[in-house]
Amino acid sequence: MIKRLLGVIPVVFGVLLLTFLLVHLVPGDPVDVMLGESATQADRTELRADLGLDRPLVIQFATYLNKLAHGDFGRSIHTQTPIANLLAERLPATASLAITALLIALCLGLPLGIVAALKQHQWPDKLATLLSLTLSAMPHFWLGPLLMLVFALWLGWLPVSGMDGVASMVLPALTLGFGLAAILTRMTRASLLEVLHEDFVRTARAKGLPERMVILHHALRAALLPVVTVIGLQLGSLLAGAVITETVFGWDGVGRLLVESIEKRDYPVTQACVLVIALIYVLVNLLTDFLYARLDPRVRFTV
Amino acid sequence: MNMKLNWTIAVIMLWICVALASVFFNHHADAIDLDHILSTPNLQALLGNDDLGRDVLARLMVGAQTALTVALLVSIITLSFGTAVGLIAGYFGGWVDRLLMQITDVFLAFPGILLAIAFAAVLGPGLNNLLLALCLTSWVGYARLTRAQALALRHRQHVLAAQALGASVPRIMFKHMLPLLLAPLVVEATYSIAGLVIAEASLSFLGLGIQAPHASWGGMLRDGVRYLLIAPHYVLAVGVSLMSLVLAVNVLGDQLRDAWDVKRNNADR
Repeated sequence: MIKRLLGVIPVVFGVLLLTFLLVHLVPGDPVDVMLGESATQADRTELRADLGLDRPLVIQFATYLNKLAHGDFGRSIHTQTPIANLLAERLPATASLAITALLIALCLGLPLGIVAALKQHQWPDKLATLLSLTLSAMPHFWLGPLLMLVFALWLGWLPVSGMDGVASMVLPALTLGFGLAAILTRMTRASLLEVLHEDFVRTARAKGLPERMVILHHALRAALLPVVTVIGLQLGSLLAGAVITETVFGWDGVGRLLVESIEKRDYPVTQACVLVIALIYVLVNLLTDFLYARLDPRVRFTV
Repeated sequence: MNMKLNWTIAVIMLWICVALASVFFNHHADAIDLDHILSTPNLQALLGNDDLGRDVLARLMVGAQTALTVALLVSIITLSFGTAVGLIAGYFGGWVDRLLMQITDVFLAFPGILLAIAFAAVLGPGLNNLLLALCLTSWVGYARLTRAQALALRHRQHVLAAQALGASVPRIMFKHMLPLLLAPLVVEATYSIAGLVIAEASLSFLGLGIQAPHASWGGMLRDGVRYLLIAPHYVLAVGVSLMSLVLAVNVLGDQLRDAWDVKRNNADR
């Protein structure tokens, strides 16, 4: 367990280094790009000094790390607001959207996958496979507008976009959740099919347990373990998918903040959003691994 | 099996033909016709017109060309680079392996398309930067896959025999190890092409990829969403096209995987 924990350190360091270097990838002078043509020389010098771009790269990185350690993400060039405040304002919206999407995906994906596996090669299996294949071929920027068209414009059941109340969350959450549901369906089906051929399932059947007990208590418990890992990994793509989904539906979360900052060339904000999303992803994966070790009696981290 | 294979290949071939044919529609696709702004499908424009009165079908065809060109170019580059990295890591092992895998770990710490968005954001929009951003982020999967397989292959007897006979390292890698890796790599590349079609469209949708007036599916969807209420045919035409291509390529990937009995590592997706 400690080994896994230590293994995270170089990854986090690499993530910090890469996000730090992002600003230096800007072709030409980043200060010129950020301030535009009309800025005065005084403004440029000030911003350059403010961002520390006039100092050696190593010192810049050390300052960057030191500031981050104190929870200081810098300031937005556009509004001069501390970025930490912007993130604190936007993170809850993204978190609630992602968690709702995850719940939708679990409620759809797991039952569909289980039914598909139990009725292999019959119509429920074919239907579930067709559904999950189609959904995984629908990126958020196509599924989102489609749901909007059907449920908001044609049927008029839900608001088109915005953030007023629960109703406005339904469409973005469905958009994010459907894609994950498709992956979970396929994973659950494959995993359960594999487990159904294991010896312990045969043993459970042989000792005369009712089929429902065999499936629920023996097969499913083992089959859902790999699914736990997938959920951890996919929570990351939920966060990345939120960037597009939030843009489609005008949902004011971190993803939209990222896109807005790119449009305004507010690179410190871009940097901070990318960093926060990546760090959350690393953390979630770490927690997933620990959860996996807890759930699976066969896995024990060496201490 | 054969029936299904024909279906997916037919759809993919259709889009390749459309992309090739689109060369003849390049001029037509950018022709602005202010009398037909957002017209519904009609005889002149079978899929209607967009917000500048341009022919949606013609732009869709050019968009297919953009999507396929980007996806194929990026997969060829990243397949070569990623495989080389994986072979080196897996063959040499030790600190080389640890260093290279540490680097891939950092890249994998950025979920999905996030890193490509970040690169495209700082590099600026345009086709070249789009290609660069996608290349920088898509080699990792191939590297991990190749490395895992190469680790196992390194101790196979035919590799040991080649070593004992004094074969050079590149010869062992390319003649004795690479051929055994081809099946999983081709399967991975197939899925990756579908992923890249989506990635290109995502970046263009966010305004980070292909720039107007050049047609791309992502950019068209971005415009289409703006006029969803008055011209739903626009979004529907582009969305269905994108979906059919991605679906066909993904199913082809599944079929190849099953046919060649490739076991995929889900952790890398």
